[in-house]
Amino acid sequence: MNAKLTNKIATAVLYLIAGLVILLLAGLLGFILFNGVPHLSWHFLTSPSLAFQAGGGIEFQLFNSIYLLFITMIISFPIALGAGIYLNEYAKQNIFTTIIRTAIEILSSLPSVVVGLFGFLLVVVKLQLGFSILSGAIALTIFNLPLLTRSVEGSLKSIPDLQREAGAALGLSKWETVIHVIFPAALPSIVTGVVLSAGRVFGEAAALIYTAGQSAPALDFTDWNPFNAASPLNLMRPAETLAVHIWKINSEGIQPDAAQVSAGASAVLIIAVLIFNISARWIGKALYKRLTSAR
Amino acid sequence: MLENEALNTDNAPLRNIYRFGENAEIALSTHDLHVFYGDNEALSEGDLEFERYKITSLIGASGSGKSTFLRSLNRMNDNVATVKGQIMYRGIDINSKEVDVYEMRRHIGMVFQRPNPFAKSIKDNITFALKQRGMRDKNKLEEIVETSLKQAALWDQVKDDLGKSALALSGGQQQRLVIARAIAMKPDILLLDEPASALDPISTSQIEDTLLELKEKYTIVIVTHNMQQAARISDYTAFFHMGKAIEYDETRKIFTRPKVKLTNDYISGNFG
Ligand SMILES: Nc1ncnc2c1ncn2[C@@H]1O[C@H](COP(=O)(O)OP(=O)(O)O)[C@@H](O)[C@H]1O
Ligand SMILES: [Mg+2]
Repeated sequence: MNAKLTNKIATAVLYLIAGLVILLLAGLLGFILFNGVPHLSWHFLTSPSLAFQAGGGIEFQLFNSIYLLFITMIISFPIALGAGIYLNEYAKQNIFTTIIRTAIEILSSLPSVVVGLFGFLLVVVKLQLGFSILSGAIALTIFNLPLLTRSVEGSLKSIPDLQREAGAALGLSKWETVIHVIFPAALPSIVTGVVLSAGRVFGEAAALIYTAGQSAPALDFTDWNPFNAASPLNLMRPAETLAVHIWKINSEGIQPDAAQVSAGASAVLIIAVLIFNISARWIGKALYKRLTSAR
Repeated sequence: MLENEALNTDNAPLRNIYRFGENAEIALSTHDLHVFYGDNEALSEGDLEFERYKITSLIGASGSGKSTFLRSLNRMNDNVATVKGQIMYRGIDINSKEVDVYEMRRHIGMVFQRPNPFAKSIKDNITFALKQRGMRDKNKLEEIVETSLKQAALWDQVKDDLGKSALALSGGQQQRLVIARAIAMKPDILLLDEPASALDPISTSQIEDTLLELKEKYTIVIVTHNMQQAARISDYTAFFHMGKAIEYDETRKIFTRPKVKLTNDYISGNFG
């Protein structure tokens, strides 16, 4: 066989594999959207779920997903940022940092159901936070932190050392350079990483089943005092999310329209995750453009 | 052309380092400088004086230790290299404990081979470090932006666009912005490591003109692998070879009558 032919065959095989992957993805997305979108309506998005009758919506679950995502990001972003800055800008190459990096590596490959059980035992039971937004947010933070830290670290690493030297040569301290030069330059890529991880967090179910709980108590959208039980902002209330809701309906749903609700909720989830992924690129690019071109 | 009779190959000295007279004003000097990367000695016997308001070129083959030497002059190699010996600036060794390295670098600024403007506006590139040092006066800052951009011969090209991102400038403009940023700190000494090697000939000659003007107010030490450049702009030239300053003299003498054979070999293009 000559080199030309080998090359042709190899190329064809690679195209075939790539095509299969795309087909699989398109099929999956198409299937979920095709089944789910017909059930979507304003009513579906804005009415509470019903346990026994047909016609329930996903109002509280949708809100819970968004709120939980928000709280998770508020907790995990500062930690990931600090850890990423430390690892990329300050950490020396030694046993200590090798251990940290390995730990992050292992944590990031931990199955989310294990994270959920750990959250259940430690946060829900031991710390007695119960099934709550807070417990869920802590579990999601454990789930999210390793990847987010690595993404922040990677974003900082992509800023050339020339920038650090520029700061040093002007008599700026390392901290001043990191905060005012390196961080802003890395911001587009950091934001992209954050939004992508938000998509992952938004769709997560296994880590939440035993932490944020499987019930969505009614919320009073006129009560914004976080200390009231029915307040949407309350951190100590159980909060079934969209992803958990889908899992629940499919495992034990007794609504007559369980299949439709599940399909509709899945479509909403997929659309949300798609929005996160697409906007991640878009926001990153827009920010970068703002930083690098005429203002 | 070379007056080769001055160069007696057999009896040529191994080194020939120029010494300034009593009256010369020395801005910076090194004494018995050694720099190590780990166990590897990249610079030995660096023993040079730099006269105030003059341009001094450091030439030599790549890997001969020019950057290593230059970067120790404002301690840019603090975390990567070990420095032994003295670097005297205004009567103190810049490596001694009482020296605040950040303060020192404001007196001894540096410009690098590749232009490295911050991902900020042209104006912010210049004012940023000043603001960090507590300068708040808007008028004063604006004045410094204007004067330093003028000194770096960039003002006319950017004066209407000071809010534009520095990354949108051409390579040559970026390098002049970086020079403006360095002189905005009002340093005594400006160190430049092959500042024009990544630029086209036109930008290069603009940078050279800029340096010739800056010499009125600043002491300049420039690493270059471009011998014509060294000959064009510098008053003194030091030739480095394998980590040693081999010959140091007035530029004119280095390029017409080098005293050391190695120098002669290098400038006549026999190696490097
Ligand atoms: N950061 C570094 N770590 C280890 N060795 C280095 C480093 N920088 C330079 N060197 C070594 O020091 C020697 C001198 O290099 P350098 O000062 O960069 O030379 P020049 O600027 O004249 O080309 C070379 O052998 C180079 O490999
Ligand atoms: Mg060099």
